[in-house]
Amino acid sequence: MDDLLLNQFLLLGAILFCIGVYGVIARRNAVLVLMSIELILNSVNINLIAFGAIHGSISGAVFALFVIAVAAAEVGVGLAIVLLIYRNRRNVDLDELAQLKG
Amino acid sequence: MVAQNIFFYLFAALMVFSAVRVVTAKNIVHAALYLVAVLAGAAAQYILLAAEFVAATQVLVYIGAVMVLFLFGIMLTRVQIGRDADLTNRHWGAGIVTALVLFGVMAYALLDAFGWTRTPLPKDTRIMDVAGSNSATVSDAIFGHYLLPFEAISVLLLAALVGAIVLARKD
Repeated sequence: MDDLLLNQFLLLGAILFCIGVYGVIARRNAVLVLMSIELILNSVNINLIAFGAIHGSISGAVFALFVIAVAAAEVGVGLAIVLLIYRNRRNVDLDELAQLKG
Repeated sequence: MVAQNIFFYLFAALMVFSAVRVVTAKNIVHAALYLVAVLAGAAAQYILLAAEFVAATQVLVYIGAVMVLFLFGIMLTRVQIGRDADLTNRHWGAGIVTALVLFGVMAYALLDAFGWTRTPLPKDTRIMDVAGSNSATVSDAIFGHYLLPFEAISVLLLAALVGAIVLARKD
């Protein structure tokens, strides 16, 4: 019991993932939804590193680096879109972005 | 390995508390600062898993660059910075149910599949050969076996950069 278990990291990742999913569903502000997506991506990274450690493989770390790069790109484009929405509508409330509703 | 366990639970508690505050905080700037705590805790977990290069990248890219982007996004899209009562929509109950069900399924699957599997980390990581260190192995893997995905990531970052400029430009 004095050893690090794989499940410690996997369950931590699962908890963070679920908190992020809750944030994506429950938040109204678009920037806060993007932050919740960052939580989800981080939990995936913890899983990747943990699996890489248990298999003695470096691929987990490499994939985590790729996920970090993709997350940076996603935040850049996502915040640009949020900024554009704000410029057109003067708010970023996701509940009021309902033009597509029939 | 007892010390590593102690620090794991310390950082895990910090991360879970801060993550809950990220999705429940009334002040949007506070949510961003709690997100910094989660990201720093994740970097600490990477170090516990002997992946120090990813931890350094996490600090540089996430805490350095992404958080600055978030703060810019907050300041450019809020008229007033401060307490805001309506940051959570009326579907938050469905969110809690979804998150709990999802966690139940994942926890059951993980405990069933990896019950007591140990992470075979080196017992003593204080003395490590430079040639066999994590950073050297990572760079060998990226510029060797994963060279093509690495180039694709570079093109993706360039495309995202150009796309963000085109979207956010005023004219």
